[in-house]
Amino acid sequence: MNLRRVGILVLRYAFVYRRSVIRLVEVWFWPTMELLLWGYVTLFLQRVGEGAVPRLVTFLIGAMILWDVLYRAQQGITLSFLEDVWVRNLLNIFCAPVRLSEYIAATFLFGLVRVGVTLISLAALAWGLYHFDLFEMGFALIPFMVNLLILGLALGVITTAIILRFGQAAEALAWAVPFLLQPFAAVFYPVSVLPPSLQVIARAIPCTYVFEGMREVLRTGTFRWDHFGWALGLNALYLGLGLWLLVRMFDLARERGLLGRLTMQ
Amino acid sequence: MRRCEDAVLRVHELTKVFDGIVAVDRVSFSISRGEIVGLLGANGAGKTTTLHLILGLIRPTSGRIEIFGRDIERHRIEILRRMNFSSVGVNLPPNLTVWENLWLFAQLYGVSRAQERIAEVLELLEIAHLRDARTGRLSSGEMTRVNLCKALLNDPELLLLDEPTASLDPNIADKVRRLLRQIQRERRIAMLYTSHNMRDIEEVCDRILFLHQGRIIAEGSPREILEHFRTRTLEEVFIRIARSGEILVSQRER
Ligand SMILES: Nc1ncnc2c1ncn2[C@@H]1O[C@H](COP(=O)(O)OP(=O)(O)OP(=O)(O)O)[C@@H](O)[C@H]1O
Ligand SMILES: [Mg+2]
Repeated sequence: MNLRRVGILVLRYAFVYRRSVIRLVEVWFWPTMELLLWGYVTLFLQRVGEGAVPRLVTFLIGAMILWDVLYRAQQGITLSFLEDVWVRNLLNIFCAPVRLSEYIAATFLFGLVRVGVTLISLAALAWGLYHFDLFEMGFALIPFMVNLLILGLALGVITTAIILRFGQAAEALAWAVPFLLQPFAAVFYPVSVLPPSLQVIARAIPCTYVFEGMREVLRTGTFRWDHFGWALGLNALYLGLGLWLLVRMFDLARERGLLGRLTMQ
Repeated sequence: MRRCEDAVLRVHELTKVFDGIVAVDRVSFSISRGEIVGLLGANGAGKTTTLHLILGLIRPTSGRIEIFGRDIERHRIEILRRMNFSSVGVNLPPNLTVWENLWLFAQLYGVSRAQERIAEVLELLEIAHLRDARTGRLSSGEMTRVNLCKALLNDPELLLLDEPTASLDPNIADKVRRLLRQIQRERRIAMLYTSHNMRDIEEVCDRILFLHQGRIIAEGSPREILEHFRTRTLEEVFIRIARSGEILVSQRER
């Protein structure tokens, strides 16, 4: 892998974003609207519930922000790829001396930058509007982020692989895939709410441990290392599977001439 | 038979089957330094597939491709640094300027003195005034020229062009043909060129390969082809071949 080429590919995304209002909307507009919505829902629930659920604000707003980290990381990867498909630039990239690994690394890095920008904006806004301090989680925030980012990357790679295989018909998956997990991942409610059969699914999803962990840390101040370990292990598995799938699909694309199809259809 | 010592590209018995469709069928040819070869054939004859195979974008079902004496499967990145490609169907990100796009590709190809090189190719294709225009705003002919700029950035030794003059007006098309000739003379680039414009082929190519249903069925210089078919224009040859698949392997020993 040539790091210089990775850097240039990252810079390329930065050039595209600098000029594109739509892309900037992706980074700021949606997350901000989501935060406003969840923020006021929370305030309302708190008022009618008269404190029946302690720390409701932190639970819901914290969950929303952390979910966005995962979602934006996935989007960062998939949309970067789709961008090249939409502007019919994919062939130019892959007939240049660029390795698939370099291309993926660049989408990873740019995805991280995007997440960073979104996260900082959301944290500032949540603090200003709802006195929610994301950093109250303290140290635990770091392992949470690591796990969310890895899962985001894994989902991004898997989505990209599927789009590579099925073409633009599968484009909608770019937005759908993370939400397939959301109901089972205990984002806004604890796993114990789910029926037992679904709890099994929940435990196979790495981010479940993050959201459970977040509530635990905010309520009791304890960080569960065993949960962290589980999440990390599952994540490594999914990321490995995702990368394997992408390499396979790229191979298949070369076999079936899909790169040309994807670019010129 | 052409001597192959200075062959830049060597294709041997290349075959690509897509789901039972034979897109490229046991194609063999080579291109020497400084030679422009035209790939002609009806829609669906297998021209684009052949170019994509050479670029390593498609994996052959069987056969071998050697570029600069090396196997494309095993030395793809090294080889790609020394060649380039331009196609009508491929674009550049529309919200970047011409200069930004070219600069990024110059970096990807590891072009030294990128700024000067970009100025040079823009000048060459007479679009220096579009330097700061966003590529999304360009007319299709202007875009084609930007694509050609991209294809020339790394001073390639082998250039693959898929219908490079498809959207050019007659004046610019003429200039591009002259330019390709000039580059060929000055830098001795080898080119493989597809076009549906017979004028292009006659003026630019040293040698023509006629593809019909994935097979090379005629090969020779434009003049040899005309003599063999006893016609005055390549267009007539094209139509005859497209309709009947008439076979000529004039310059091949076999
Ligand atoms: N990825 C693919 N999957 C299946 N079939 C394909 C694929 N790419 C090309 N083909 C088929 O292979 C044949 C050759 O196609 P190709 O695009 O190489 O033709 P072409 O000579 O470039 O035609 P045109 O002049 O229209 O550009 C066609 O029959 C086409 O349908
Ligand atoms: Mg074609």
